[in-house]
Amino acid sequence: MSVSSTTQAGSPSGAGLSAAPPDLSAKRRPGEMVIKLILRMATLLSVVITFGIIAALIDPALAFFREVPLSDFFSATDEPGAVRSAVFPLMVGTALTTVIALALAVPMGLGAAIYLAEYASPRSRKWLKPTVELLAGVPSVVYGFFALFFVTPVVLQGWLGLDVNFTNSWAAGLVLGVMIIPTVASLSEDALSAVPQALRQGSLALGANRMQTTLRVVLPAALSGVAAAVVLGLSRAVGETMIVTMAGGAVKNMALDPGEPHMTMTAFIAITAQGENPVGSTSYNMLFAVGLLLFVITFVINAISVTAVRRFRQEY
Amino acid sequence: MSVATRSARETVEIRLSDGRSRERNPASILFLIALWFSLFFGVIVLVSLIVDTAISGAGRFDANLFTNYESKLDKSTTGFRAGILGSIWLMAFTALLAIPLGIAAAIYLEEFADRRSRFNRLVEINLQNLAAVPSIIYGMLAVAVMGLLGYQFKGIVLGGAIALALLILPVIVITTREAIRAVPQEIRQGSLALGATVWQTTWRNTLPSAVPGIATGTILGLSRAIGEAAPLLMLGMAMVRWDPSSIESKVTALPMQIYHLSSMPQEEYQVAASAAIIVLLVMILGMNALAIFIRNKFQKSW
Repeated sequence: MSVSSTTQAGSPSGAGLSAAPPDLSAKRRPGEMVIKLILRMATLLSVVITFGIIAALIDPALAFFREVPLSDFFSATDEPGAVRSAVFPLMVGTALTTVIALALAVPMGLGAAIYLAEYASPRSRKWLKPTVELLAGVPSVVYGFFALFFVTPVVLQGWLGLDVNFTNSWAAGLVLGVMIIPTVASLSEDALSAVPQALRQGSLALGANRMQTTLRVVLPAALSGVAAAVVLGLSRAVGETMIVTMAGGAVKNMALDPGEPHMTMTAFIAITAQGENPVGSTSYNMLFAVGLLLFVITFVINAISVTAVRRFRQEY
Repeated sequence: MSVATRSARETVEIRLSDGRSRERNPASILFLIALWFSLFFGVIVLVSLIVDTAISGAGRFDANLFTNYESKLDKSTTGFRAGILGSIWLMAFTALLAIPLGIAAAIYLEEFADRRSRFNRLVEINLQNLAAVPSIIYGMLAVAVMGLLGYQFKGIVLGGAIALALLILPVIVITTREAIRAVPQEIRQGSLALGATVWQTTWRNTLPSAVPGIATGTILGLSRAIGEAAPLLMLGMAMVRWDPSSIESKVTALPMQIYHLSSMPQEEYQVAASAAIIVLLVMILGMNALAIFIRNKFQKSW
């Protein structure tokens, strides 16, 4: 809502009145001006935070790039020397866990969303939706513990008999996928529910059954919202730290085998931050260079998601 | 909609030829089973997570878990006193920082800002982006802020609270805005028509009506903050063996202690970590339940 806080003095309508028109302009209220200013400052803070993040990352990152050439940073192998600066293996680790996570979360989240939006009765939806969203409330450190001490030894090595390492990308990626199911499900459900009833009725009236209506009418109509949900899930998966730090391993690894340990970008940051590197050293500053890269990647992904929704959203 | 039209025509033709309902054909039933499975997959994982952790931590649900500090000597009585108290302290100061700022920003955006201005559109997109920034990046920002404030060691209550408050601020702004927007326009118009200013209307009419929604969103934001470990990791929070006493005392949090113990090879530590996970989950589920209760109990439907 946007209501102007000042009132314009209107022309007096009573034609026969001889007195001067009453003063209808708003009384000056300095207290309210102050309040409005404070509220505005709080809003500005969100912009300040964004610039603060960029400033906090760029300064040490620039110090890092003064010491280490870009070609050593964007490289597949560590150059011999004190700083192990190659970032491609970290990106491979992130890509691997993210792909596994999405391969699990997209079908599961979308399936849950379709059920909630198209099949569930309003009463059961009232209970099912918070239950699915509960998955998002579980802390990532708990998921990490679960991946490390249950998924890898019991599920992967025990039930499936896979020959995987103690820390590996399968466990980290799958558990990460479980974590982002609610993100995909919740936003997809919103998109599916926003499709007008008339489209469904039209399809059903022409003789299509519920599955055909869902898959060929409702889903295509909600595609932009579903895409945005998937992209948001993607950015969650890229930025998640604790699961991949605990269960994904701490080895720079270019191999694409998910059974091996892979250090991701976030895991690198977390592990380096706990290390013994003195603040301001090149090894410590590398953490901010990787952080900056991570921020840029998630920022671009989010921007794609936001524009996708704006551009392709159909107004019914 | 050409696809829909074509499929519908095929359906009609098939239906006319055999005259049977297609709602119960094998494909539809398989589809429904797949939907059921995907809906309950997450729940199955959640239940197995809780059951597995509860079983492996079952031996450690004793008073020591809550009253003892982390111990290297007697591993079987190691406790989470420092983490539990630290989490409570961090929560309190996070709430103190994030809630007023978040609500103020939301009020400005909903009640005062001109929707069409370019700046406010920018703020809106910016908030959406901030909500999706990885939590560990907020830890890096908090490191920089603490550096600006002149603190050498950053793993203190203030540092943790700043990191967590920055993290949940966008969430609180977004949920509060939704709660304020849900208050019907008539309530504002009635107040304005009686001569109240926009601020008086907001303070006396809109905000009180939006309190249940704001409370729900705020509690959910705080329950997210209480489980976070990544930003605190950036601040270099280490093992502590004392209770927090001021905003400058070194502190740890329950998720940090769980992470720390799970990286230890000793079996006793993992059992203790399992028990602590159950404590953490109970705290978070309690907050979630409170939020849902408030929403169902106090939410008005206009």
